[in-house]
Amino acid sequence: MSQGSHEMPFWMDAILLPFLNIVTAFAATAVIFLAIGVDPVEATQILLFGAFGYEEGIGYTLFFTTNFIFTGLAVAVAFHAGLFNIGGEGQAYIGGLGAGMLCLFLGQWLPGLLVIPLAIVAAALFGAAWAYIPAYLQAYRGSHIVITTIMFNFLASSLMVYLMVDVLKEDGQQSPQSAEFAESSWLYSMHDFLAIFGVEIEASPLNLSIFLALLAAVFVWIFIWHTRWGYEIRTIGSNATAGVYAGIKPARVIVLSMCISGALAGMVGVNEVMGVHHRLMLDFHVGYGFAGIAVALMGRNHPVGIILAALLFGVLYQGGAELAFEMSNINRDIVVVMQGLVILFSGALEFMYRPWLMRMYLAISGRGDKQEVAA
Amino acid sequence: MSRHLFYGCLLSEIKVPMQSGMAIKLTDVSKRFGAVRANDKVSLSVEAGTIHGIVGENGAGKSTLMSILYGFYQYDSGTTEVFGKDHYFNNSREALAAGIGMVHQHFMLVDPFTVLENVMLGNEGGKLLKEGREQARTELTRLADEYGLSVDVNARVSSLSVGHQQRVEILKALYRGAKILILDEPTGVLTPQETTELFRILNALKDQGVTIILITHKLQEIMAITDNVSVMRAGKMVAHRKTSETSKEDIAELMVGRKVLLQVDKDESVTGKPLISVKNLTVKDAQGIERVKNVSFDVKAGEVVGIAGVSGNGQSELLEALSGITKIDEGSIEINGSLLTRKQPISPSKMRDIGLAHVPEDRHRMGMVNSFAAYESSALGYHNDEAYNGRFLMSRQKVKEYCGKLMDAFDVRPRDPNLKSANFSGGNQQKLILAREIERNPDILLVGQPTRGVDIGAIEFIHKRIIEMRDAGKAVLLVSVELEEIISVSDRVLVMCDGYISGEVSAAEADEKTLGLMMTNTDAAANLEEVVS
Repeated sequence: MSQGSHEMPFWMDAILLPFLNIVTAFAATAVIFLAIGVDPVEATQILLFGAFGYEEGIGYTLFFTTNFIFTGLAVAVAFHAGLFNIGGEGQAYIGGLGAGMLCLFLGQWLPGLLVIPLAIVAAALFGAAWAYIPAYLQAYRGSHIVITTIMFNFLASSLMVYLMVDVLKEDGQQSPQSAEFAESSWLYSMHDFLAIFGVEIEASPLNLSIFLALLAAVFVWIFIWHTRWGYEIRTIGSNATAGVYAGIKPARVIVLSMCISGALAGMVGVNEVMGVHHRLMLDFHVGYGFAGIAVALMGRNHPVGIILAALLFGVLYQGGAELAFEMSNINRDIVVVMQGLVILFSGALEFMYRPWLMRMYLAISGRGDKQEVAA
Repeated sequence: MSRHLFYGCLLSEIKVPMQSGMAIKLTDVSKRFGAVRANDKVSLSVEAGTIHGIVGENGAGKSTLMSILYGFYQYDSGTTEVFGKDHYFNNSREALAAGIGMVHQHFMLVDPFTVLENVMLGNEGGKLLKEGREQARTELTRLADEYGLSVDVNARVSSLSVGHQQRVEILKALYRGAKILILDEPTGVLTPQETTELFRILNALKDQGVTIILITHKLQEIMAITDNVSVMRAGKMVAHRKTSETSKEDIAELMVGRKVLLQVDKDESVTGKPLISVKNLTVKDAQGIERVKNVSFDVKAGEVVGIAGVSGNGQSELLEALSGITKIDEGSIEINGSLLTRKQPISPSKMRDIGLAHVPEDRHRMGMVNSFAAYESSALGYHNDEAYNGRFLMSRQKVKEYCGKLMDAFDVRPRDPNLKSANFSGGNQQKLILAREIERNPDILLVGQPTRGVDIGAIEFIHKRIIEMRDAGKAVLLVSVELEEIISVSDRVLVMCDGYISGEVSAAEADEKTLGLMMTNTDAAANLEEVVS
């Protein structure tokens, strides 16, 4: 008797269920807003206006979305190999370091067409390298990847403080940040890019990295589901014993998937360092790595889901910031609570409605009467 | 009255032989899981003080029915009577209180605890263990004496043999006042001798008035010990018989719904050169314990060599060593001309390249990926095949097409490569795995437990395909805990015990008794080793 083997149609599992979860999260948020004397309808209007109401807002929303796509994909790739990569924070940070150092040192000598691709590769390599060490320790020494990746977040943080304060700091400056990169290594911002084609939009941090994020999503989709390496990753992730039986080496899969995961997380550095700040600085990465876990969970570890979930988080980030700015009795912490509720209901309580939906579905479709007993 | 005394009272009742009547009477019990009707208007009467067998293929609904009786599942409609009283169990505690105890197929024991502690678990009888312990000890000793269930109450469960662990499970149920014992596939893990011992105990319990329900798929056990037998098929109760008035063939036909060939038809084997040649093989597990000890044998082209033994005596490790999954520690293996030693391992994928196919013992753990679609599982181990892959991309279309061919060749139902692997029945999963391994025409086939959890109809088919492999001049190594299967399919039988090969007989001379003796005879194994070395 395989009790849990019944499946809901795709649209229920992938669309209706997440939708119900988000609605529940918003309902809970509304209750909290009412309790602190905020009108939820007005708050929603401000939030949505902040995220979509004007060009700069949209730009910010998509800029945040870009980061979430990268970290969401990173978590998803590791997850398909059965690994929980908590180290997105550190990998993003170190990825930024890689891109930043390349721009810093080569930016003034080489043309943009060369520096930018090189810097993107550097971000990927640095992120991958930062993930490689925990991956190696897991694969060949059995240290648990959750523990080591968390520790590597702290290590990344300390390393960056040291580098920014003692090594890479711009001479004669008080603040811990590097000199500005040569302009050739700046990634086009979206408003500059569109201006080339004569389209005028308001300035925002949104830059060409968003195309890189979409390309990364396509890459992950092809890699995981349409190559033999993806097949190996999914096999090890779902049933490592069967993988060994099939002649797949788990250690190699762990290292490969973690390196790809780290490289994707490292791309956050491209968006932040090359796209916006144009210099190395502290804490440009904070929060994106961890939020990536929720994004991947919500997006069912599928690139399409991850893009949608990343957009939702982008809206919450940008709209939430607007909300904290506009309403006096809402501060940043309430915005964090809101995000927390979304994570709670669509992550931790992901399957809360599932049994209920399943029953509804069976009752409505009445398939129970037609189907014979299956083993 | 303390809980402990309460159970004591129940126990004293057991001694009085049950007045005849119905211990259990189920009427029109139905239970559905979503769309599946696991039990459809099932009726069952079990006479008090008898042994009642329940047989059926996998998925026929036996386990569901027993889980309902034991209060694990709640049924949708129907009635249950226990000793003439209406009951509806919301949980197993209520079932226990009504006198129903269950011995699960997989024991529910805490390994590091002693027998006494395990039996007391859940009935500690007071805040301090001390209060209940002495009382429990006395009671347990009494029970053990009365039913001939001798067990050292102070022994740790982990140090007991499987047969003795099972006794602890039975004692646990009796201690809690069970008057009706349900045993789910109790002999799956036992040697023939342990099985005989279990049957002696069950008969002793029956003499004391305990009612026993035995769930099994082994027909000879039904014939050997039960008074009555009920047959289930596809969620329905299809027949009730007095055991004395029926036969194995009759029951098999009722289970499957058509006539079944219990014997395998085969001609004399024509053997060629050895394709597997194992010399002084020793394999250690991760803890450094020797699992396979100084084993040597050959398998020639055109023969089926069966490896018999109680599970856990090194057969799994032997299979994994032969297929390149685990490293070996001493000795050598020659597969189709390629030599494998400790310093010169051959990976599982290389093994496939040199013509070795492996149907693993545990298909869920190793043979397939439950969450994969069938077509993905059908490529497991062969995913690097050029036929599936371009330079970078793997063609799902080609994998699906090939999977469709496999399904046609081995009659896998439903014939849907997109269906999730877990959603096929055990027999069809096994057929898909066999198809994957056999259809690539390997020279050597390793098969572990090919018919475990597979229904009778599919067993016939699988045995036929194994014999066909042999007749085509392939070497087949068959590992199975089912002696009947070993004897009927193999040409030669090796017996493994404690990591040694403790005996070898030709299939013609093999019977369950001699094999059974070899399966437990560690001395013979040690002697044999001395002779060899």
